[in-house]
Amino acid sequence: MTTTQLSPTDLFAQVMRYDNRADPYPCYALMRERPVARMENGTWLVSGYHEIAQLLHDPRISADRLNPQAPEPALRSLLVQDPPRHDRLRRLVTGEFIPRIMGMRDHIAELVDQLLDAHTGSGPGQLDVVTDLAYPLPVTVICELLGVPREDEPVFGALSRRLTLALDPVDSPTEEQIRDAQQARDQLLQYLEGLIQQRRAEPGDDLLSALMASGDDEGPMGPVDLRVTLVLLLIAGHETTVNLIANGTLALLRDPNVLARLRSDPDLATPLVEEVLRYDPPVQMSGRSTLADIDIAGTTIPKGSRLRIMLAAGNRDPRRFPDPDRFVPDRADNAHLGFGGGIHYCVGAALARAEAQLALTALANRLTAPRLVADPPPYRRNAALRGPEHLLVAYDRLTNR
Amino acid sequence: MTKQSPPDTLRLVVDLNRCQNYGQCVYAAPTVFRFHGEESLEYDYAPGEAARREVERAAAACPVQAIALGAANEPSPLSAGSDR
Amino acid sequence: MRADRTVVVGASLAGLRAAEALRDEGFTGELTLIGDEPHEPYDRPPLSKAVLSGWLPADHTTLPRLRDIDAHWLLGTAATGLDVPGRQVVLADGRRIRYDRLLIATGTRARPWPEQAGGGLRGVHVLRGREDAERLRAALLAGPHRVLVIGAGFTGGEVASSCRDLGLAVTVTQRGAAPLASALGGVVGRAAADWYRDAGVDLRLNTTVRTLEGDSHGRLRRAVLSDGSTVEAEVAVVATGAVANTGWLAGSGLAVDDHGVTCDATCRVLTPDGAVVPEVFAAGDIARWPHPRYPGQLLRLDHWDNAVRQARTAAHNMAHGGHRVHQPLPAFWSNQFGVNCKSVGLPAIADQVVITQGTLAQRRFVAAYGRDGRLVAAVAVNSPRVLGGYAALIEAGAPFPPVLNAPDGPPQPTAVDAEFPRRSTAATAAATAATAATAATATAQRRPVMTAHP
Ligand SMILES: Cc1cc2nc3c(=O)[nH]c(=O)nc-3n(C[C@H](O)[C@H](O)[C@H](O)COP(=O)(O)OP(=O)(O)OC[C@H]3O[C@@H](n4cnc5c(N)ncnc54)[C@H](O)[C@@H]3O)c2cc1C
Ligand code: HEM
Ligand code: SF4
Repeated sequence: MTTTQLSPTDLFAQVMRYDNRADPYPCYALMRERPVARMENGTWLVSGYHEIAQLLHDPRISADRLNPQAPEPALRSLLVQDPPRHDRLRRLVTGEFIPRIMGMRDHIAELVDQLLDAHTGSGPGQLDVVTDLAYPLPVTVICELLGVPREDEPVFGALSRRLTLALDPVDSPTEEQIRDAQQARDQLLQYLEGLIQQRRAEPGDDLLSALMASGDDEGPMGPVDLRVTLVLLLIAGHETTVNLIANGTLALLRDPNVLARLRSDPDLATPLVEEVLRYDPPVQMSGRSTLADIDIAGTTIPKGSRLRIMLAAGNRDPRRFPDPDRFVPDRADNAHLGFGGGIHYCVGAALARAEAQLALTALANRLTAPRLVADPPPYRRNAALRGPEHLLVAYDRLTNR
Repeated sequence: MTKQSPPDTLRLVVDLNRCQNYGQCVYAAPTVFRFHGEESLEYDYAPGEAARREVERAAAACPVQAIALGAANEPSPLSAGSDR
Repeated sequence: MRADRTVVVGASLAGLRAAEALRDEGFTGELTLIGDEPHEPYDRPPLSKAVLSGWLPADHTTLPRLRDIDAHWLLGTAATGLDVPGRQVVLADGRRIRYDRLLIATGTRARPWPEQAGGGLRGVHVLRGREDAERLRAALLAGPHRVLVIGAGFTGGEVASSCRDLGLAVTVTQRGAAPLASALGGVVGRAAADWYRDAGVDLRLNTTVRTLEGDSHGRLRRAVLSDGSTVEAEVAVVATGAVANTGWLAGSGLAVDDHGVTCDATCRVLTPDGAVVPEVFAAGDIARWPHPRYPGQLLRLDHWDNAVRQARTAAHNMAHGGHRVHQPLPAFWSNQFGVNCKSVGLPAIADQVVITQGTLAQRRFVAAYGRDGRLVAAVAVNSPRVLGGYAALIEAGAPFPPVLNAPDGPPQPTAVDAEFPRRSTAATAAATAATAATAATATAQRRPVMTAHP
């Protein structure tokens, strides 16, 4: 084992550097040499698979405390709340959300085909997989689900993006960054306010109306909880699945064998999407804090420490995954960390999976001789919610469905 | 993953110690898995071939990889050719 | 690598998984599986849950075969004897099967109700196998006015819960002061009593059944309880623990009794004076062994997880002549009354318990168990996602009470007596160590062994 010259602080800075956006994985590999390590600012980096898995299931961990970017407590979504409030909110949300996404597969397949139909023609052409498919697909789905008018998309799409930028873990965000994120959040809340008023007058059979009506023996979901939950669902619908589809397309087009295998066996899409979630996960890291001293990996993380949970690093840990830097589309026993783990495990996982499986299958089947125009493609700025800004793919033909 | 026609009807088992009730299997294969009460997973060990695709999706989606599918190619011990 | 003849007796969870593991380990010799049930290996946990409540047909419990094992299967064939010097298993039909290496995986059976106290009456059931479940299910469908469940351990609770799902009136008698008390202690047991009562079960604590009485046709009519009262019921389910299937090993020279087959920590079966019997191994519900984590006692874990793991360890040692030690962190689950209950570690050895997350009343909590200042077990009720964290703490030998500061924990967690029932049976004047040994053997079992019913 080599020991690196770079300190944990340096390594994390390297990951955050935009220059390394296309391939942060060598940095993660160096990081894993010390799977639990303290940075100079007092935050601990957790980069080993087993350490991450253990901490995500540890009762001494909070998603709530000491998160410098998090808005004031009243405005926190379940993502940054602890039990018991978290559990209650999550139950209310999944109770309405999950039944609505079951049985959506055929509809998603239809949306995928419609998006690609717009480009069918006899000759060679070019797609931007991000703007033509990977972005509009989940956005349409989440808008339909929530009952948010698709026409308003440009408005809240831009707001969502501004809010997402603020999600990257920066030690000391500038005044301007903070202000911009707050503004974006306020505007999004204001926009949602209009919708809520409208639904109050005229309830529909959409998720928004259902969440407004939801409740349990403790009463209805509170007004603030309702609003931050909507923001969370909108952002999650906008900024994550897009990267899963784009990263999956990259994997397909970087290895002709993988593409050929998916074409000959559509069922391969199922494990393949799991491998994308492991190999190149849309959510690269998350944050937590400690509520008590925690002995782990030969060291003690003191109570009250901030943690950076490096999900993407854990996903490439050779102690857990054989040949971790290889993309194996039918990898067995793929208990990746792409959707997190423990009580905050992604609520939208089933939806994201279905969207990605169907989008990648359609791309593989309908594009003749697809190839990447630029490799690596240009990336978005975010390090945490990471993915290509554009993904140009040239092809000889886009066939009819 | 070229599949010959399966030698055996679809079978599965869930390690309910490992399972953490994330419900991903229920979403992927609602005819095979269900929650009884809030957190008690129940499932059909032998749902029939028609459910294979759904069950494979469920197994792949399980965050803790608690779902195991039958993988034997040889005939069942109770079919012809066994010592019985 | 050894390539000769391996025989597995008991073709259920442990037997099947051991056979598969043997092939995984590279064993290429001849492999024979002997099982007295006329079925392919199937899973028992759903029998008291989804099968009884009717969601899952009993024949939809067959276990998947996880790989080819190229074995001779002798199903519907009971082993009736073992000739250790001759290395032969004797079958009911007189055949003798030679082995070079043997795995004993014949599990346990439900402790039957004594004949003289009404055990032979129609309507009196036990629940261990598929046929038991089918018979009981049919009896429940016939619409009895009341079902009596004897014993509020895990099986008893699950059966009672399924009966309530079917809308049947249920009385449960429990010898101790709370359900599950011998497995989880009185503190959690009292919470469990509320699950029973809120589900509408007529729960009789500190009560045993003296005798079961029938009508002139030999059909169960009523039970007379220890307090002199009677319960009218057409169906009774005896859920008072398990007896090891060691009958076929009588006279074999192995260390066997009703509690199981004694082996060492590497799954090798022993003689009564502690010598290793060459090439004979045991795994699953039938095995008792000295777990290095729990010195001074023999453990038998009647749990699914243990059957699978011990099968693997035994197979490894069989295939390679290895000395891998079987020392899992015990784990099990139970689903009853809409409650998911999961455990890691060994609650039954604890002297203290503390609620670290949630509250008993909410039916969403974690109870941490301690002994001599160390965390030894955790039980999570409707909280399956945090158990891994506790398992790591137990493995690391964390102090008790653990310092967690969990956000959903009580502000001032207070450890209290875990209230495990004192075992009065043979313990009277015995040395403490011996008492601990007896007690742990009995309480470690998932289905508490309850003696002296009538
Ligand atoms: C109703 C019920 C519910 C349960 N629920 C849970 C649960 O929720 N969670 C949990 O962790 N565990 C549970 N268990 C326990 C779990 O099922 C057992 O731990 C597991 O079955 C043990 O497997 P085994 O192979 O060692 O023994 P068994 O499954 O008992 O298998 C032994 C096999 O050997 C056969 N046999 C016996 N004698 C002979 C002979 N002489 N010759 C040939 N064959 C013979 C038997 O018929 C049987 O097929 C439950 C058990 C029951 C009965
Ligand atoms: C590829 C797509 C997606 C990925 C990779 C992803 C990933 C994640 C991850 C890693 C977490 C855990 C964060 C943490 O532990 O701190 C999470 C939480 C969450 N995700 Fe997703 N997500 C995706 C899509 C979605 C979608 C489409 C939705 C809903 C529309 C969604 C809703 C949520 C919610 C509500 C949470 C918070 C759950 C909680 O705190 O209990 N996600 N997601
Ligand atoms: S997906 Fe896996 S963890 Fe979740 S409920 Fe199903 S089996 Fe359990």
